[in-house]
Amino acid sequence: MKNYTFTEKKDTRSGFGDGLTELGLKNENIVALCADLTGSLKMNDFKKNHPERFYQIGIAEANMMGIAAGLTIGGKIPFTGTFANFSTGRVYDQIRQSIAYSGKNVKICASHAGITLGEDGATHQILEDIGMMKMLPGMTVINTCDYNQTKAATIAIADHMGPVYLRFGRPKVPVFTDADQKFIIGKGVKMTEGDDVTIIATGHLVWEALEASKVLFDQGISAEVINIHSIKPLDSEIILKSVHKTKCVVSAEEHNYMGGLGESVSRLLSLNNPTPQEFVATQDTFGESGTPAQLMEKYGLNAEKIIEKAKLVISRK
Amino acid sequence: MQDLENLENITIQTRRDILRMVHKVNSGHPGGSLGCAEFLVTLFNTVMKRNEGFKMDGLNEDLFFLSNGHISPVFYSVLARCGYFEIDELNTFRLINSRLQGHPTTHEGLPGVRIASGSLGQGLSVAIGASLTKKLNNDSNLIYCLMGDGELQEGQNWEAIMYAAAKNIDNIIATIDLNGQQIDGSTDDVINLGNIRAKFESFGWKVVEITNGNNISEIQYGLKQAKDNTFKGKPVCVLLKTVMGNGVDFMMHTHEWHGKAPNDEQLEIALKQNPETLGDY
Repeated sequence: MKNYTFTEKKDTRSGFGDGLTELGLKNENIVALCADLTGSLKMNDFKKNHPERFYQIGIAEANMMGIAAGLTIGGKIPFTGTFANFSTGRVYDQIRQSIAYSGKNVKICASHAGITLGEDGATHQILEDIGMMKMLPGMTVINTCDYNQTKAATIAIADHMGPVYLRFGRPKVPVFTDADQKFIIGKGVKMTEGDDVTIIATGHLVWEALEASKVLFDQGISAEVINIHSIKPLDSEIILKSVHKTKCVVSAEEHNYMGGLGESVSRLLSLNNPTPQEFVATQDTFGESGTPAQLMEKYGLNAEKIIEKAKLVISRK
Repeated sequence: MQDLENLENITIQTRRDILRMVHKVNSGHPGGSLGCAEFLVTLFNTVMKRNEGFKMDGLNEDLFFLSNGHISPVFYSVLARCGYFEIDELNTFRLINSRLQGHPTTHEGLPGVRIASGSLGQGLSVAIGASLTKKLNNDSNLIYCLMGDGELQEGQNWEAIMYAAAKNIDNIIATIDLNGQQIDGSTDDVINLGNIRAKFESFGWKVVEITNGNNISEIQYGLKQAKDNTFKGKPVCVLLKTVMGNGVDFMMHTHEWHGKAPNDEQLEIALKQNPETLGDY
């Protein structure tokens, strides 16, 4: 089994910030907007390098989404930056009408997604954003797993014509994907080969899935871990191929089970190959204050939970 | 430059278009559309610098954004009669498979429309974004935006109004259609808007008033003043006082015709008051 290790931990938001910096230097049509969270979104370097292309909007996210839509008219590629909660639920109608329905080439970049935002609590955590965004026609939805993948995704979405929701997080997590990876929107990445169970994970849960697969391997269970960074469009081929072999699946995400990756996988399977599935996700609940590790444990979003669900789903085959 | 008589003829024909469009499908918003007919006819025909054809990016021309998208009938009529699409297409207003949706959208690719609107309060932000791109592109043409007065009750507008002044967006002219009416009644009754001029000025905008927004000469004069005040460090607001339902006596001075179509008899009376000038679609 392929063994993933890491030498450092970095936050995915820094991957976004560094990707944006690189983009800014090579493409003068890239513009960035921020709603009073420049440091949190790691947009300081872009701001320093290109003050004329950086827009401080203030605490006014609705206005930011509208301005971003307008900036596309005349050829700019706007990247908006704020927390995931304020990038989605707070401005859903602005995104729906001025960006998605209007077909504007806006990149909505959302940090502090999920429960690992931690101590700020439920007002700032969001566990519903993937659902809201994937339901918008024409919206691409991406949730990256580590620093390198987030940086690669940030650079890749600039070349995609159309609105994109890019979701990443706050805490420092293992860096385990390649620095020079090619990021292809809509293509999943097979992380490990396995025969007994498919684990389909996104975001911070990809590392947890890899940790789980190591434990399962030692217990004689071989898990195929698939890293789904693109929730929409979903890579149906890689999922169906794996499930054809393993005949059961665990989905894992830092999101409510309703509306998330797991439901997209369920739909795919029910249409093509009905298969037992278990969900590692939050259970229709808000989050709360705590450290990221405490919250991941309390809300069942870690390797231990993935192991438990993997054994359960294998028993349902 | 078109002379006054010609603009008045276009306006009368636009009124006929509005009335016939909403009558045919027994839905749509004639009141605000009629109130803004003179303004949009004047803006598109004599004020805006417009290029031939339509390109979404709108480089090296003035751009217009309609925020109060429910007055789509007047917008569609003006666009068609300016040549953005065939006037016969006005026949398809609100019908299935039409590019002329109930509220304007880019979704079906209708030339002349650069943003979807209908859910209120979003157009000014979009217009500001387009203004910023003009500046980045060193394009000295202007951005125009039209909003309703009731629409100012949406909070996003005040985010945009604050931003435009704070960031010295001075290549934008935002016009407020002050007809004093909204769906549930007069704006005074629903949510009194107070002194709009004072509000815009206190936010840092230059304000120009057009006291008779249904008079083409006054509109031309007011818009010239507005243009003269662009590129002076402040965003420019035009307060356009109009009469809802203007040009059809029984539709004027009431919110009743905000979103109601005339019946056959009412249409006949309304059209008699606005005899055909350029030819019906």
